[in-house]
Amino acid sequence: MTEPYRPGDRVQTASVDTPHHTRLPRYARGATGTVVELHGEYPLPDLKARCLPAEPEPVYTVAFTARDLFGEGDHAVTVDLWHSYLRQITPEEGQ
Amino acid sequence: MSGDHAGAAGPVAARVRRLEELLEQRGLVDPRELDQALAAFLASASPANGGRLVARAWLDPEFRARLLADANAALHEAGLSTGPRQPEQRLKVVENTASQHNVIVCTLCSCYPIGLLGPSPTWYKSEAYRSAVVRDPRGVLSDFGFDLDPAVQISVWDASAESRYMVLPRRPPGTDHATEDQLAARVTRNGLIGVAPV
Repeated sequence: MTEPYRPGDRVQTASVDTPHHTRLPRYARGATGTVVELHGEYPLPDLKARCLPAEPEPVYTVAFTARDLFGEGDHAVTVDLWHSYLRQITPEEGQ
Repeated sequence: MSGDHAGAAGPVAARVRRLEELLEQRGLVDPRELDQALAAFLASASPANGGRLVARAWLDPEFRARLLADANAALHEAGLSTGPRQPEQRLKVVENTASQHNVIVCTLCSCYPIGLLGPSPTWYKSEAYRSAVVRDPRGVLSDFGFDLDPAVQISVWDASAESRYMVLPRRPPGTDHATEDQLAARVTRNGLIGVAPV
C-alpha cells in the first residue's frame, strides 16, 4: 500500500462506473475534494463483495462542496471513501 | 452498482416471516428465545442512549470535548455502545453550533448507529431522503418543518463506509436549570440525525 493521504490533501474520486458492488456513491464520482481525516483501515468492499482477497487499506472522510458535486448549493457534503477510490491531485492540477 | 436495500422492505419482511415460521415448525428455534433476543436487542438500541450522551455533553464541557475527539472512548465511559455489531464500529459525533449545522445520511443503504438512535425510521432508508438530502439539505430540513437560519452553514455526512455518525444538537434555550435527565428527555431521534432542532 502506498503512503496514506493526509488531512488537507486534495484528491479526486474515480469516475469509472463499475459493473460490480462499490461504496463510491455515484454522485461523488469524478469529483475533487479535501481529505478531512483518516478513519482506519478496512478491506475494499469492491473486492470483498466478489470474494476476492482484500487487504485493509486507509478509509478517509473527504469533504466536497455542493457546487463541485452538483454545480449549485452552498453546503458541504462529506463522504467516507477507500484509498483505492482516490488519487491525489497536484497543486498545479487544482488550479 | 450499490444495491437498493430500501425498495425491497415488503418482500424482505415477508421472507423473514416465512423463514421464522419454517424454523419454528422444524423445532430449530424457540419462539420465546427469539422474542427474548429481540427484546434484548431493542433494549440496547434506543435514542434515549444518544440523549444521555448529549445531555452529558451539554453539562460537562470536558466530556463534550472527549465525545467530539474520540466518540467511542466517550461512549464506553458512559457505558454505551454503537450497536450489537462486533467489533464495534467507529463513531463520529458532529456538533451543531450557531454557525454550523450537521445532517447524517447513508446514501448507499441505511448505515446508522442503532445503539444510540434506536431502529432507523423508514424515511431514513427511503430513496427520497437519501438522494435529496445530499443535494438540497435546506429543502429537506424545510420539509421536516425545520427552517434553518440561511446564514447557518450545512454539512451533510454520508456514512458511506465503516464509520457511524451522530449529531450533537444545540442545547435548547431556557434549560439553564434543567437536570441531566430532563435534558436527555428533550433529545429526539430526529435531533440526533439533524433533521430537527432540540
